[in-house]
Amino acid sequence: MATIYLDNAATTKVDKNVAEKVKKVFLDSYANPSSQHSCGKEARKLVETAREEIANFIGANPSEIIFTSGGTESNNLAIRGLAKANPEKKHIITSVIEHPSVLETCKDLEKQGFSVDYIGVNEEGIVEGADVKKKIRKDTLLVSIMHVNNEIGTIQPIEEIGEVCKKKGVYFHSDCVQGFMKLGIDVRKMHVDLLSVSGHKVHAPKGIGFLYVRKGVRVSAVQTGGGQENGLRSGTGNVPGIVGLAAALSVKQEVTRIRKVRDLLVKELLKIPGTRINGSLKKRIWNNVNVSFYGIEGESLMLMLDKEGICVSTGSACASNKLSESYVLKAIKVPELYIHGSLRLTLGEISEKDIKFVVSKINEKVEKLRKISPFKLEMSDGK
Amino acid sequence: MESNCDYTKAVFDHFQNPRNMGEIEDADGVGTVGNPSCGDVLKVMLKVDGDKIEDVKFQTFGCAAAIASSSMMTTLVKGKSLGEAKKVTNKDVAAALGQLPPIKVHCSNLAADALQKAIGDL
Repeated sequence: MATIYLDNAATTKVDKNVAEKVKKVFLDSYANPSSQHSCGKEARKLVETAREEIANFIGANPSEIIFTSGGTESNNLAIRGLAKANPEKKHIITSVIEHPSVLETCKDLEKQGFSVDYIGVNEEGIVEGADVKKKIRKDTLLVSIMHVNNEIGTIQPIEEIGEVCKKKGVYFHSDCVQGFMKLGIDVRKMHVDLLSVSGHKVHAPKGIGFLYVRKGVRVSAVQTGGGQENGLRSGTGNVPGIVGLAAALSVKQEVTRIRKVRDLLVKELLKIPGTRINGSLKKRIWNNVNVSFYGIEGESLMLMLDKEGICVSTGSACASNKLSESYVLKAIKVPELYIHGSLRLTLGEISEKDIKFVVSKINEKVEKLRKISPFKLEMSDGK
Repeated sequence: MESNCDYTKAVFDHFQNPRNMGEIEDADGVGTVGNPSCGDVLKVMLKVDGDKIEDVKFQTFGCAAAIASSSMMTTLVKGKSLGEAKKVTNKDVAAALGQLPPIKVHCSNLAADALQKAIGDL
């Protein structure tokens, strides 16, 4: 049975060319990039070349790129590091739909005496710039708003929020893990002071990412040690990962083709009765579908599809470690009998033919689960 | 760390081929437990002949563990006496399935509760 992988927002397959470059580093340039001998110098050169390429890609200076282990670490370093270096300001603004690595970090800072405003989103899943502006106070240190939501793929008005922050003299961090390589990123245009990126979402290996820290922004290290990465991130440089991340910048993004397949998928899914798309379809990343089916539960559906070789994820409570429903779907007010029956499909290499197979299987399994369910669609107000 | 969805073969079997799924229109006893906001609702219907459970059917909204435990429960009590059925607990259902992921033992394993409620409704 062939696998149809539709979980690219969770992680991606490493690109072949990226993998080859990484392998070469493993075997040929294995020295510690901090070592003073020629082998170390060679590894260091690879790191610095990668740093320049990445900086150029987002309109930054190489000295503004701090390599980390990925999105979670970048978000932690951005928020905790800024809080640590600027103790005079104790207020943070973020949104209710951020990734747990931002939300949990903010909650943790609350325990340390910070006050945090978690602003809501509209039913389309978009943060309103005006809502951010209203919450800014004299002691506001930071606004942290993600670029693209990881569950529903909605694109946030980053430039607008960045401008508000700049005018008000508040630092602005954006978790760009889901938007990087999919949407244009220009740190000056976005008015960001800090920006997080993860490699494994963009066909680079797991365990590598970076944090952009605008020159002049005071951030303290949260991990202490040998003082690598300008003292901001101690630990031996992940040379293969860094080279892989830079190589991933050349991976061709099939925007037009995938968007077309995605739109077809949405159209076909909506033909299934009692189906809703969660979040804005317009302001949405081009490879994301988040769909809910009335009266059934997402983990069951996900497992049935898995048995057919189709890999998707669900916002269902039953499939989460905390057994609570998706806070993102809750924030956009998905009705009770839809909220547990959600699937997220994030497209990568997939043909129209495969998508038709996926839709037919989803249709079949939804029908099967609805037969088992006590909640019948004809009795509901479902479409 | 195990995933919440690492199920035994028996769970998968009952999940994919649920036994006694459906409705009994003229049921003698009906028991519903759970809440849609928690993601699990189980409805059990009974048809009795004197002291004997002649037929039992279920409808479940929930995860694989909820569906499988509903199905397994019906196989444990169909054809049995009410006295025997009254003794069936959620723990018995879980044991019959081999094992459930620890986190699911309490939230999704409600089939015997629904059964007892249906018996109480007779």
